[in-house]
Amino acid sequence: MKYLDEYRDGDAARQYAQAIARITTRPWTIMEICGGQTHAIVKFGIDELLPEAITLVHGPGCPVCVTPVDLIDKAIEIAAQRDTILCSFGDMLRVPGTGKDLLSAKAGGADVRIVYSPVDCLKIARDNPARQVVFFAVGFETTAPANAMAVYAARQQGIANFSILVSHVLVPPAMEAILSAPQNQVQGFLAAGHVCAVMGYTEYEPIAQRYHTPIVVTGFEPVDILQGVHLCVRQLEEGRAEVENQYARVVRREGNPQARKLIYEVFEVGPRAWRGIGEIPNSGYRLRPAYADFDAERRFGLTARAAEESSECIAGLVLQGVKKPDQCPAFGTRCTPERPLGAPMVSSEGACAAYYNYRRAAAQPARR
Amino acid sequence: MCLAVPGRIVSIAGDDPLMRMAKVNFGGIVKDVNLAYVPEAKVNDYVIVHVGFALNTIDEAEANQVFEYLKEMGELAELEEQNASASTERQ
Repeated sequence: MKYLDEYRDGDAARQYAQAIARITTRPWTIMEICGGQTHAIVKFGIDELLPEAITLVHGPGCPVCVTPVDLIDKAIEIAAQRDTILCSFGDMLRVPGTGKDLLSAKAGGADVRIVYSPVDCLKIARDNPARQVVFFAVGFETTAPANAMAVYAARQQGIANFSILVSHVLVPPAMEAILSAPQNQVQGFLAAGHVCAVMGYTEYEPIAQRYHTPIVVTGFEPVDILQGVHLCVRQLEEGRAEVENQYARVVRREGNPQARKLIYEVFEVGPRAWRGIGEIPNSGYRLRPAYADFDAERRFGLTARAAEESSECIAGLVLQGVKKPDQCPAFGTRCTPERPLGAPMVSSEGACAAYYNYRRAAAQPARR
Repeated sequence: MCLAVPGRIVSIAGDDPLMRMAKVNFGGIVKDVNLAYVPEAKVNDYVIVHVGFALNTIDEAEANQVFEYLKEMGELAELEEQNASASTERQ
């Protein structure tokens, strides 16, 4: 496929790896933000192509992983109500809540449906006028334009039996939380290309300056990631801390203004709790008061409740890049994709799932 | 979740700017894609698609930069090697 295959070219990847080795004079730790990048790195063995001195740590860019337990409990509670259809991206179904997950709620008779796009829910709502249709709107900035459009179109089209359970998070506040943590090891970032396709990258410029940390907007294919690492290492070696754009075929500095206009029509920035990390100020979206009618928490009268996570799961440390998945004592034994203790083992973007799927069979443990 | 896939616009239908829809070909699989956020997109353009929405059009000229940069670095490394061996010879 055009714009995919050429960026998976083995020769180009090896040449980039050699170019990185040529400019590396000391150890550097770089975090890739997005779980999609983590999967490409582990699947294609990109970390194993790199010189020993370069360590890639995996970031929090997995919306399924950072959705707090109490919101999963709320989704399950909504799904259990009569005459209600709960729609979700497939990844959310196995994520453990306090007692159970959405898949077991579905097995118990709840109407839980997997959709490809949030706007698919509008058709379901029109086809089922006597039932409430709720979309579990998780995601980073990339998914916000689609979720905003679902709400905006529902209002335009007078679809009153639709609402969303919002769990929307933002990348830049999470990067700042990582950089200000006392145990931080991250010296440079590969920023998430598709988040920047929507948002642009001007908001990263003050972060790069303030924390003197290079940030390279990076794509998702092996050659993209290796070029991103090269640009980042070159900055580190030269003592620079700028925002660079490796993924210019998709990302422009100003992002997509049309998409942002609709996001801000429907959503406003507010505090968000991140699973395993805690509450971060101004780190997510909530519905604007003008769209409060579409807020499922309000419509179903759901309030905050005590939620419990597995005490054994170290997802918080994995999501902050402090630990690697295979450093968890439960990894691959008491925690597997079939019986997960935490979300990173479930999601197609979770770091633990990537290690489990691509590294478990390796005779040698993964290089740290 | 932030997975987005490149595809080529085969046809465009509808003139409501919010619901402008396209058929997009992803390596043989054709799907409906909402073009609300890429008003400039036209037939045969490549777009990057996430959960049914085109996030941006793909810039053909920029797409090649990844390989141009690699080529430049290769030439630079060769030049440095030549310089290094030339200075060794002089010593």
